[in-house]
Amino acid sequence: MSIARYWREIPQRYNLIGTKCGSCGRVYFPPKAICPVCRRKSIGKMEEYKLKGTGTVETYTIIHTPPPHFEGEEPYAIALIKMDEGCYLVGEIVDCDFEEIHIGMKVEACFRRIEEDGTRGAIQYGYKFRKAE
Amino acid sequence: MREVAVIGSGVTKFGELWEKSLADLVAEAGITAIMDAGIDGTDIDAMYIGGMSAGRFVGQEHLGALAAEVSGLSEMHIPSTRVEAACASGGLALHSGYLAVASGAYDTVVVGGAEKMTDVAGKEATNILASAASREWEAFFGATFPGLYALMARYHMHKYGTTPEQLASVAVKNHHNGSMNPNAQYRREITVEEVLNSTMVADPLHLLDCSPITDGAAAVIITSLDKAKEFTDDPVKIRASAQASDSISLAGRSRFDALPATIEAAKRAYKQAGIEPSDIDFAEVHDCFTIAEIMAIEDLGFFKKGEGGKASEEGLTALDGEIPINTSGGLKSKGHPVGATGIAQIHELLLQLRGKADKRQIEKAEIGLAHNVGGSGGTAVIHILEAI
Repeated sequence: MSIARYWREIPQRYNLIGTKCGSCGRVYFPPKAICPVCRRKSIGKMEEYKLKGTGTVETYTIIHTPPPHFEGEEPYAIALIKMDEGCYLVGEIVDCDFEEIHIGMKVEACFRRIEEDGTRGAIQYGYKFRKAE
Repeated sequence: MREVAVIGSGVTKFGELWEKSLADLVAEAGITAIMDAGIDGTDIDAMYIGGMSAGRFVGQEHLGALAAEVSGLSEMHIPSTRVEAACASGGLALHSGYLAVASGAYDTVVVGGAEKMTDVAGKEATNILASAASREWEAFFGATFPGLYALMARYHMHKYGTTPEQLASVAVKNHHNGSMNPNAQYRREITVEEVLNSTMVADPLHLLDCSPITDGAAAVIITSLDKAKEFTDDPVKIRASAQASDSISLAGRSRFDALPATIEAAKRAYKQAGIEPSDIDFAEVHDCFTIAEIMAIEDLGFFKKGEGGKASEEGLTALDGEIPINTSGGLKSKGHPVGATGIAQIHELLLQLRGKADKRQIEKAEIGLAHNVGGSGGTAVIHILEAI
């Protein structure tokens, strides 16, 4: 991945910056230029909004056959998480035995290394999730 | 809008075809379909070809011109267009060709689909397929393509009590059907135990819950219904051709126990055809994973939401069942050369509707439906065909 592609997504990956529709109040992640519910009414009213980072596991899977940039990490858990603000996102569940993971589990975002672009390239960081206290 | 008919079709063998290039496959399917339809090059007004990612699988883009050249039509300078919607590229190519004929812009059109997937290693193929999902917000964070369907599978199991055995029964049924399809990649019967004992790919999906990586191509010839009679005594009418889109990422969808794009495309298709789901005699559905077939038969209205697993396990979708699903063997057994799949489904409908499906011929085949999905549900394309 080019440095620019990585760099421009830093606000989302590091700090979970999404958008809130100034018309209906719905929160979106990743950021949207237009609200799919309000459409025209939302133009110019989409505001930056930082997610709290807490949510609930809606469903999950344990990946045994990884993509190239996760080779050696398998098995690992990926979940679809309903954030407390109402939007959904997909991320890894870490620091937890697979047996503990269940639908309805409360989780919180944590800052982790996602991948390395080869041995000499950039290390890419972003959000993963762990069990909430 | 004019009525449109399919007058011929052709498929290559599906599988790991080391001796054949993308160009070889396109030419073989196209020529077979042209011969089947009994048309000549001078009858062809345009070509559409579906392909997901030839650029990454074999380093070749510009499939429209490639298809024209290898079919011997380049010197006629026929308009030739490549269509892409990930695994729904074939179905969407047919939708595009259908609109062109229905509108009156063209009379006779060749619609093909092709993918040459085994010139790269399996892992690279899987990575290329992941580009059908959101690269930035799903794949980057470690979600694989089977992983996204596994998320839906777990959700469906939790909500409706769908079991791993019910998922497995879809693969068992499709392998049984595929064992009678000479063009299928895997012509071997499997058991529920074999599925459940196969390598775990993305829990709860095992290797035998997943469709394979496949080389192959398919083509159909369509023309106006009025003109169809000039070429064949056996035309098949396209009663409906519908497409729907949705968020490319799973997280952006309104629900996770269904593909909303399938539900919407089905609604449009049934409305266009003026029929109900109960009028459909059989269907080819997009079983890229076993859970995908279970959701499809629910989303298409054949079974109530949540009852697809039970219906599959009870044999209601078998060749001799209430509504036979994937008589060809489906993507699971026949193989899934992504760009070709949507057209290969139409080929199977044609065989069944013309009574030429040999050992897997079903008794009542008057109206058939084909359901083709792109990605984890970002695109759905549905065609309804009727024997006339």
